Amino acid sequence: MSLITRRAALVTGAGLLLAGCEQLNNSPSFRRVLAAAEGLTHTTQRLLLAGQPLAREFTKADLSPSFRSNGTQHPNTDAYWADLRSGFRNWRLRVDGLVDHPLELSLPELRRLPSRTQITRHDCVEGWSAIGQWTGAPLALLLKAAGVQKEARYVVFHCADNIGQTGTPAGDYYESIEMADAWHPQTILAYAMNGSLLPVSHGFPLRLRVERFLGYKHAKYVTRIEVVKSFASINGGKGGFWEDHGYEWYAGI
Amino acid sequence: MSAPEVIRRHSLPVRIWHWLNALALLLLLMSGLQIFNAYPRLHWGQYGADFDPAWLELKKWPGWLTIPNYPNLADGRRWHFFFAWLFVLNGIAYALWTILSGHLTRDLAPTRADWRGFGRSVIDHIRLKHPTGEAAKRYNVLQKLAYLLTLFLLLPMMLATGLTMSPGMNAAFPWLLDLFGGRASARSLHFISAGLIVGFVAVHLIEVVLAGPVNEVRSMITGRYVVPREPDQ
Repeated sequence: MSLITRRAALVTGAGLLLAGCEQLNNSPSFRRVLAAAEGLTHTTQRLLLAGQPLAREFTKADLSPSFRSNGTQHPNTDAYWADLRSGFRNWRLRVDGLVDHPLELSLPELRRLPSRTQITRHDCVEGWSAIGQWTGAPLALLLKAAGVQKEARYVVFHCADNIGQTGTPAGDYYESIEMADAWHPQTILAYAMNGSLLPVSHGFPLRLRVERFLGYKHAKYVTRIEVVKSFASINGGKGGFWEDHGYEWYAGI
Repeated sequence: MSAPEVIRRHSLPVRIWHWLNALALLLLLMSGLQIFNAYPRLHWGQYGADFDPAWLELKKWPGWLTIPNYPNLADGRRWHFFFAWLFVLNGIAYALWTILSGHLTRDLAPTRADWRGFGRSVIDHIRLKHPTGEAAKRYNVLQKLAYLLTLFLLLPMMLATGLTMSPGMNAAFPWLLDLFGGRASARSLHFISAGLIVGFVAVHLIEVVLAGPVNEVRSMITGRYVVPREPDQ
C-alpha cells in the first residue's frame, strides 16, 4: 500500500467514524441502546445506596465564598410577580396527588415546622460545584402529614418558573424523585441559604434540596408537590424539564 | 534462508479486550471533551465554580474532537456513561483473566533478567532499535512497565476519579473524596489521567509503526506474528 492511499484510507476512516457517530447519535434505536447505561447506573447506585447513607456534610469554613446560581435567575410569570408584590401573603405550597389528606401550607407555617440545616456540595451537571448551607422543612414531615398512599412511586415538584422561550406549559420547570429519596433525611424544602432568606436566584421562597443528585434535580420556586404513580402524562413525560430535553432522569452521576 | 518463524503472539482474550478497550477509550475521550466544554475550567479542592480560582482554563475543544460534533452536553453524557460501562465491564473481565490465566506473571511482570537489562533497554529505545529473534517473542522491560502502569494505575485512576464526581457514589463511598482531596480535585485528576492515557497511546502507536505496523496490527487481530530475524552475525 503506498503512503498516499494509506493516508487517504486514514482520513476516510476518520471521516467515516465521525459521520458514523453523528448518524448513530440521531438514530432512535441506537439512542435506546445508549440509554440502557442509565438503567444500569440506576440499578447499581440503588444497590450501593440501599442503606440510604447521608451525603457528606461540611462545615461553615468550607462554604463557597460565592455560590453560582443556574437556570432561572428570576421567574418571569405573572403569578410570581403578583406573589412578590403581595409579599407572598397568598402564596401556598400544595401537597396533593396520591395522599389521604392534601395540604396547603403558607410560608410562616412551613417555617414553624421542625427544620434541618445542612452544609452540602451542589454539583451542576456542567461540571462546577459549590458548597452552601441550607435550612428547611424535611419533605418526609409533609409526606407523613399528608399520608402517602400505597401505590405512590414518585414525588413531582411543580415550579413557578417557566424557562421555555414561548411561555407555553412545555417550558414549566418541574422535577421528580423516587419515594425512597423523598423519605431521605437530607431531602428538605429549603427556605434559607447560608443563614439568610433564600435569594430569588436560588429559588425563593422554596426550593428542593435532594442531596446525592445533580443540580437540576434541586427544583427551585416549588409551588406544588404531587405524589404520583407515574409521571408519563406530565409535560414531556420524562419526569422533569431537563429530562424532557435529553438529560438522564437518574441524576446520581 | 529458512522460512520466517510465525508464532501466535496475542491470545484471543487479549485481542478482544484490546479492541473493545480501544473503542471505549476513543469514544470516552471524545464524549469527555464534550462534557468538559460545558465548564472548561479546572480547580483543586472540594468545590469549584466561576468565582473560584482555577488552575487551568481552556478554550472549548473543537467540534471535530467531540461527540456529538456540536455542543450537546446531554448527548455527550449518554455516550460517555454507555462507553464507561463497556470500559469497566471489559476491564474487569480482562483483569480477572490476566491474573487467573497467569498472563500477568508470565508475560507482564518484569523478571530479574529484565531489571538487569534495564539500562540496555533504555538505550535500545533511544536508538529506536527493536528486538529480534527470541527477544521479540517477549515484551521488553520498558514495555512491561508501561503496560503495567497503564493497566493498573492509569485506567483504574480514570474510573475512580470519574466515580468521585458522582454525588451518589460520594454518599456510598465517601472515602473516595478523601482519597482525591475533593470533587473538584477528582475532576482535575480525571482530566490529567486522560491526558496521560493519550500520551501512552501516542507512544504505543509510534512503537507499532516503528516495529512494523502490518505485522504488529495483524498480531493483535489474528494473533499471527512473524518473528523478526536476528541480524546476520
